[in-house]
Amino acid sequence: MAAAPNLLHSDVPDHKRYFFTHLGLTERLLERCLGEALSAGGEFADLYFEAVTSMSLGMDEGIVKTAAQGISVGCGIRVLSGERTGFAYTDDLSPDRLLKAARTAALIANGPQTQRVQGFTETATPSLYPVAGGTADAEVAAKLKLIERANKAARDFDPRITQVRASINDELRRILIAASDGTFASDTQPLARLNVSVIAKDEINTARGTSGGGGRITLDFFTGEKSPEHYAREAARTAILQLGAIAAPAGEMEVVLGPGWPGVLLHEAVGHGLEADFNRKKTSAFAGLIGQKVASPKVTVVDNGKMPGRRGSLNVDDEGNATQETVLIENGILRGYLSDKLSSRLMNMPNTGSGRRESYQAIPMPRMTNTYMLNGDDLPSDIIRSVKRGLYAVNFGGGQVDITSGKFVFTASEAYLIEDGVVTAPVKGATLIGNGPEALKYVSMVGNDLALDEGVGTCGKAGQSVPVGVGMPTTKLDRMTVGGTGH
Amino acid sequence: MSTTTTHATDLKQLAAEAVSRALDLGATDAEAVAVESEDFGVNVRLGQVEQLTESGSRALGLRVFFADGDGQRTSSTSTSDLSPEGVTRIIESAVELAKVTGADPFAGLPDRAAFGLNDVASLALHFNDVDAIPPAERIDIARRCEAAAMAFDTRIQNSSGADFDASSLHRVMVNSRGFSGEYRSSYCGFSVTPIAQDASGAMQRDFWYSSARSAKLLVTPEEVGRKAAERALRRLGARPVATQRCPVVFAPEIARGLMGNLLSAADGDSIYRNASMFSGKLGEQVAGENITMIDDGTMVFDHTLPNGETLRVGGFGTSPFDGDGLRTRRTVVIERGILKELMLNTYTARKLSMESTGKASRGLAGAPGIGGGNYFLEPGALTPEQIIGGVPSGLYVLQTMGHGVNLVTGDYSVGASGLWIENGELAYPVEQITIAGNLKDIFRNVVAIGNDLEFRSSGAVPTIRVEGLTIAGS
Repeated sequence: MAAAPNLLHSDVPDHKRYFFTHLGLTERLLERCLGEALSAGGEFADLYFEAVTSMSLGMDEGIVKTAAQGISVGCGIRVLSGERTGFAYTDDLSPDRLLKAARTAALIANGPQTQRVQGFTETATPSLYPVAGGTADAEVAAKLKLIERANKAARDFDPRITQVRASINDELRRILIAASDGTFASDTQPLARLNVSVIAKDEINTARGTSGGGGRITLDFFTGEKSPEHYAREAARTAILQLGAIAAPAGEMEVVLGPGWPGVLLHEAVGHGLEADFNRKKTSAFAGLIGQKVASPKVTVVDNGKMPGRRGSLNVDDEGNATQETVLIENGILRGYLSDKLSSRLMNMPNTGSGRRESYQAIPMPRMTNTYMLNGDDLPSDIIRSVKRGLYAVNFGGGQVDITSGKFVFTASEAYLIEDGVVTAPVKGATLIGNGPEALKYVSMVGNDLALDEGVGTCGKAGQSVPVGVGMPTTKLDRMTVGGTGH
Repeated sequence: MSTTTTHATDLKQLAAEAVSRALDLGATDAEAVAVESEDFGVNVRLGQVEQLTESGSRALGLRVFFADGDGQRTSSTSTSDLSPEGVTRIIESAVELAKVTGADPFAGLPDRAAFGLNDVASLALHFNDVDAIPPAERIDIARRCEAAAMAFDTRIQNSSGADFDASSLHRVMVNSRGFSGEYRSSYCGFSVTPIAQDASGAMQRDFWYSSARSAKLLVTPEEVGRKAAERALRRLGARPVATQRCPVVFAPEIARGLMGNLLSAADGDSIYRNASMFSGKLGEQVAGENITMIDDGTMVFDHTLPNGETLRVGGFGTSPFDGDGLRTRRTVVIERGILKELMLNTYTARKLSMESTGKASRGLAGAPGIGGGNYFLEPGALTPEQIIGGVPSGLYVLQTMGHGVNLVTGDYSVGASGLWIENGELAYPVEQITIAGNLKDIFRNVVAIGNDLEFRSSGAVPTIRVEGLTIAGS
């Protein structure tokens, strides 16, 4: 395969140089655009340049049916004036179009220019993730090998596996941010995810199973413990398990959440409610609760954008600020919110480097990165043993929250009954529902087995999707409503 | 909003050139989609403009095919970089990428004879009056809408804001087997999300909206604001109810999603994989005899304007051709409970040795999936009040949360909130409960269907009452 020009494997490792040499930007042009953006009296302006190359390869019914590549290049220009945001974007990076977009965004303000563009100071970026190397040909061949292995392992797992789809999706996102306050930052963000989806069928039932993982990683990640076979067997195992699942119970009961992906509880129950924009507007059920008890003393929750290789990690956020570890709940007490430039300025609080955006076409807002609960002292086996009758949920699909009423749901995809301290029958998927500011008060035991998820999470807010991570140790909640149909 | 600078020939030429250049590089067939959009959005909160967005974008997507033995290899690429180098890059990448795929005997463009498109003009998808609303008026509509919601009741002192959005889209599709189609569509709409708070400090939000292809069809901002306020207020004081089985009445906004699962289960992609509860059920009874569900990508509605004139406007799900370049059509998927037709694109039809039903959906990237046009459940004779009036004790669902629908097994479990019905009357608000059952049973246990069919989006389902669901609560 001849090497098609490809951003994924550009020979320019320096993200800043990339925009300057390949896309023709100059510091002078950035300053002109920012000046234009402030021309109607705005207090702050920023430019967000983005170039993304994504690739997807998929094997289905034993054939490589899908090979797709997408390229997205553009710039979003934002102007702040008090609580007002003017925004315009362009997929044409010529000086004329950039200046036109800047003028459009500028009109959110209404007056003479008051602010000048500060000299740029480059944000120091750590390197939390590698930048892919190798040639395009070798990479594609390596990826094909991975999905072929996943396909085979899933089919070999059990003759009841009738359909297998394996895919690998990866992207390389280069960003450059320049702001009128002198912020100047750039980053190159890899993201890859291997997925396996299967259908199992016996004489009576049909069931599906899915698994996957990845992060901000190179393909080497899949050579270790997280092999294609690992994900394939996991998908096949859950599908076979579901063939024999009984109805989930209905009603309020004790619930034990397994380690890892069940951390989506934290994301829905408290994470969204602690995003600063909702609290600035007092539309969150958590508004005004800083310093108050919102969880059991056993609960400490953090959001950490600095974990190497993690799906939710970022060297810099999409406003050019360094990311950090932010304590949200400490021993049950609400400590802080996740903020961006706008909310930290308006709320007079620290900026936690949580400003994120889906793409250059979207306005940044406070978002989570990797959100997890810290370890407690309990042994997972003791936690299970303590439950008379309850649900043990180890894997979940998505969740959702109404941040104003605080009500949240998340849907278990793999769960079991606990009867007299013993894990017994697998149950069908069921939605669990709770109230964010209350739910974590019922945490009575926290395990010592903290795990992060496999690296598949995507969070949606106001129509914008961003990759995130979640995690938690085995945790027992004394009360939670389980939405099954059984008794 | 700035005047559109689209030149129809440019977009079509761009797509046609991509197709011909792919053929020059050896592709057996090729297909290109080009889109251009203009978007405007304003968000007003507590009377002040918070966000104002105005932009346009263009993008190109390409699929290429290479004949290989009995099958075809295929790949797809897309880009927002329409510079000559950007376009060249995706054409060359597509040709290179196709080499790594396997020959699939079912892949390939439709046969020449299958292509077609409905008359674009008569579908009435684009109205210039959307572009013509000045920005100041758009902002004013959002402001008035929020003001009406906030003025409705003293318990509403806060708001998540009101939005006004407008967009126009120009879409072109060209392929190497002679198909060439294009259309423009317009959209405008506004919504508001007020927050109600009671003496205890507990908050509830809800929203309402108006949207249309023509500005002439938008209702007044005040009407939407008041309705949103009523919806938020009626949730105040909500509480869980005890775990039980009881009748459940689904409001149209929620019934639409629930009954829309009938079409999702008839999706040809899931059917051929045996990954749907409807796999192998074509021609069989899959729902009650009172259930007739239709997907129709050609619907055009006659609206009577306040001045007495009639305005013909295409539905939100109407388009002249599907993602394969086939004519859209009306398909009775479920007739009196019998699965009569499937939701098929060209690929899934070939897999099932059937004919496409014109349900291909095509974004920019990737192969076409399955997506319908407009859909609706045939209405019944009862008013919503009569349906609620017939329930001695049960739930009137106004919101569901989460994604607990499994189309393989039919298992259904979602979070819910709404109003409790006692002796046929709406008694008090409920929340923090779940409703669960199995779709296969739910579709057979729809015991009442309302007459309140209204196309507020591409799908419409009237109020329905379902028996046999489990509510989990306190």
